Amino acid sequence: MIQKHETPMRQQDPKVRIGNFGEVPLGYAEEEAVREAERCLQCPNAPCVEGCPVRIDVPLFIKHIKNRCFAEAIATIKEENSLPAVCGRVCPQENQCQGVCTLGERFEPVAIGKLERFCADWEAEHGCISTEIQTDTGYRIAIIGAGPAGLTAAGELRKLGHDVTIFELLHVAGGVLMYGIPEFRLPKEIVKREISALERTGIKIKVNKVIGQIYTVDDFLVRDYDAVFIGTGAGLPRFLGIPGENLNGVYSANEFLTRTNLMRAFRFPEYDTPIKVGRRTITVGGGNVAMDSARTALRLGAKESIIVYRRSEQELPARREEVEHAKEEGIEFRLLTNPTRIISENGYLKEMECIRMKLGEPDESGRRRPIPTPDSEFTIEMDTVVVAIGNNPHPLVPRTTKGLDLNRWGNIVADSKTGQTSKEGVFAGGDIVTGAATVIEAMGAGKRAAVAIDRYLKTKR
Amino acid sequence: MYKILSKRRLSAQICEYVVEAPEVARAAKVGQFIVLRLHEKGERIPLTIVEADPVTGGVTIVVQEVGKSTREMGDHFHAGESVLDFVGPLGVPSEIENYGTVICVGGGLGIAPLYPIACALREAGNTVIGIIGARTRDLLFYMDRMEDACDEIHVMTDDGSIGRKGFTSDPLREILSSDRPTDRVWAIGPAIMMKVCAEVTREFAVPTTVSLNSIMIDGTGMCGGCRVEVGREAKFACVDGPEFDGHEVNFDLLMARQQFYVEEERCALDRYLKSQSKGVEQ
Ligand SMILES: Cc1cc2nc3c(=O)[nH]c(=O)nc-3n(C[C@H](O)[C@H](O)[C@H](O)COP(=O)(O)OP(=O)(O)OC[C@H]3O[C@@H](n4cnc5c(N)ncnc54)[C@H](O)[C@@H]3O)c2cc1C
Ligand SMILES: Cc1cc2nc3c(=O)[nH]c(=O)nc-3n(C[C@H](O)[C@H](O)[C@H](O)COP(=O)(O)OP(=O)(O)OC[C@H]3O[C@@H](n4cnc5c(N)ncnc54)[C@H](O)[C@@H]3O)c2cc1C
Ligand code: SF4
Ligand code: SF4
Ligand code: FES
Repeated sequence: MIQKHETPMRQQDPKVRIGNFGEVPLGYAEEEAVREAERCLQCPNAPCVEGCPVRIDVPLFIKHIKNRCFAEAIATIKEENSLPAVCGRVCPQENQCQGVCTLGERFEPVAIGKLERFCADWEAEHGCISTEIQTDTGYRIAIIGAGPAGLTAAGELRKLGHDVTIFELLHVAGGVLMYGIPEFRLPKEIVKREISALERTGIKIKVNKVIGQIYTVDDFLVRDYDAVFIGTGAGLPRFLGIPGENLNGVYSANEFLTRTNLMRAFRFPEYDTPIKVGRRTITVGGGNVAMDSARTALRLGAKESIIVYRRSEQELPARREEVEHAKEEGIEFRLLTNPTRIISENGYLKEMECIRMKLGEPDESGRRRPIPTPDSEFTIEMDTVVVAIGNNPHPLVPRTTKGLDLNRWGNIVADSKTGQTSKEGVFAGGDIVTGAATVIEAMGAGKRAAVAIDRYLKTKR
Repeated sequence: MYKILSKRRLSAQICEYVVEAPEVARAAKVGQFIVLRLHEKGERIPLTIVEADPVTGGVTIVVQEVGKSTREMGDHFHAGESVLDFVGPLGVPSEIENYGTVICVGGGLGIAPLYPIACALREAGNTVIGIIGARTRDLLFYMDRMEDACDEIHVMTDDGSIGRKGFTSDPLREILSSDRPTDRVWAIGPAIMMKVCAEVTREFAVPTTVSLNSIMIDGTGMCGGCRVEVGREAKFACVDGPEFDGHEVNFDLLMARQQFYVEEERCALDRYLKSQSKGVEQ
């Protein structure tokens, strides 16, 4: 008899967790992991592998868990994925490996992500699996941006014996994993742990290096490097373009989350960077970034945290689990609602004027297009606003690299199989190419580019 | 870690530091800035590059002690010691051209970022008229350097303790009202000073560049915290600026945004000062 539901993971009580920044799900114990692993059907066609952008051998690692061979399980995962502790926590599994799991046709799919997380955490506790590095090739590669795309490309290239240096503009590596995704979802210690493991393989990471200002891609190619990979992400916050948006108390999600996660403003004044949250925060948007911001606002002391989103619940782009967690914590959803104006009084935010929306025909994204209902404006009182409606590509590198083709949104044009750009020796992948997407897709792109770079170096005279 | 090669006190609240950062020194251009972080718990503070020496790798910055972080830097970061992070050059360089005659107005700490601009303008063939000012004599620094950099210099203090008594906008208006042609003005200092100067130059339709010091975090275009309104459009001071057309800037918004964290800044400073006096007792 197969257990119909996935083995639940213990988690912090919602009432308690909104008062701290500790991680919400607490992980599986060995017994729980084995019990969940037993649910896997070991399908010969393994659709779950196809569903994973880096093609982890899911049935094999799950079989190892079932047999309590945890070291073999993590080794299997690490053959394809160098950041399993991260992916196990933040992958939108319902659209990927778990979305196509055979068991999911009748029952709940196997909790592949939770099992992956279990293996990574098991490794952290029991010593690490060493990575095999091939003999040095003498080729040097510069990687720009230490987000998931850059880190993965670096890891794969290093395994092949190349000399790899990552250049990162912030004072720490990790990209969105460090400055964007909050502590309660992805503890920073875990990101640091995975990055140290990469550094131990011989990858050099240089922080505080703003490429485009200090060096250009051309400098790299002319001087010391045989190839360049660009993984600079989609870090430029978008705003609504409505009146009142530059008032004090209106944050972009990037600023709100960077102050909190990277600069640790939740521990002000012990840490020097402040953040200010009033009684009632409105977050505009419906993706992971919006969920993270709304939940962060609660933890920073807001009594009420409201999400305003212009489509309906069905279209919310956030991971299912994040929406559930947000609801458990008491986040209020005002759906089919779009802001039109932000109003202040005596220098303080007072209310947001919104308009009601209804859904029309599907648009290019396949989701039904929201249409404003005439004369349906109303206001919601608030004192803090976080705008989480997406990011544009970071322009510094594209703008300063000659001969790099961009699309009309400013993303770098790159071959989806190889990451090859219009410029010889220059490859790109992750959010800078696709626009804001997911950690695992960025990693997949980094990995494919590493294979292509290796091939390029070996055919180059 | 970035080593402090030398430190010199310019006034009771202002220090000049030379920090070893060879890559920054090599790439730096006039008008750009760096962001530094003192230690693990520190905030990222933007500071203008005053001089950069590609040979020694030294980058000169001038820091006014206005709050917790800058006080701490003045009190505890000495020559031979290091700051944790130092990143740059950031921002768009100043548009240095041969305009003809340029007036460079610097108020308070603004004299530090103005000095390299005055030098570069002079080198580009301009006649440079300097106007520098401060509240009082003790706060005025770089007077000798500005004298060297400019063809003519006017010194103003609010209390008349050195130079003339009055504001920097006074000689600005006098020169613009005279029959001497002025092709361009640079004004750098407190927001209110830049606002007043821009209002004066608007009357005479002289193009005016100002340098906006909005509150920043990353300094690289990632957070939007530094946004300012220029010509009714939102711009990010760190990547679109810091220099903008002074006639287009919404200074009232800039000043309001600079005030957003006053309570927190006061709290941080009080806490710091308390910890310092305790340290002395022990
Ligand atoms: C708040 C938030 C929550 C998210 N939640 C999820 C989630 O739950 N699941 C999921 O799968 N995805 C999530 N995402 C999306 C995911 O994080 C991104 O798709 C992914 O990080 C993209 O990876 P990347 O390597 O392309 O770029 P990034 O992670 O953005 O990294 C780019 C790096 O390049 C650096 N850089 C940029 N320009 C330069 C330059 N000129 N010189 C040097 N360095 C530079 C940046 O500082 C950064 O470190 C979330 C994103 C955000 C913002
Ligand atoms: C592009 C740019 C160039 C600058 N150049 C110089 C310089 O060459 N020398 C110099 O002494 N100062 C310069 N500043 C201002 C300097 O960054 C602030 O004085 C410093 O960050 C204050 O930190 P604090 O903790 O000591 O004071 P706080 O207590 O934090 O603040 C005191 C005052 O400084 C302002 N301030 C606070 N944080 C920031 C921040 N992150 N960015 C900007 N302003 C802030 C506040 O509005 C407040 O009025 C520059 C600012 C910018 C944006
Ligand atoms: S990396 Fe992500 S998509 Fe791939 S198996 Fe793991 S959780 Fe699923
Ligand atoms: S599809 Fe589901 S049940 Fe089948 S092998 Fe993959 S995880 Fe197991
Ligand atoms: S300081 Fe973050 S965008 Fe300018």
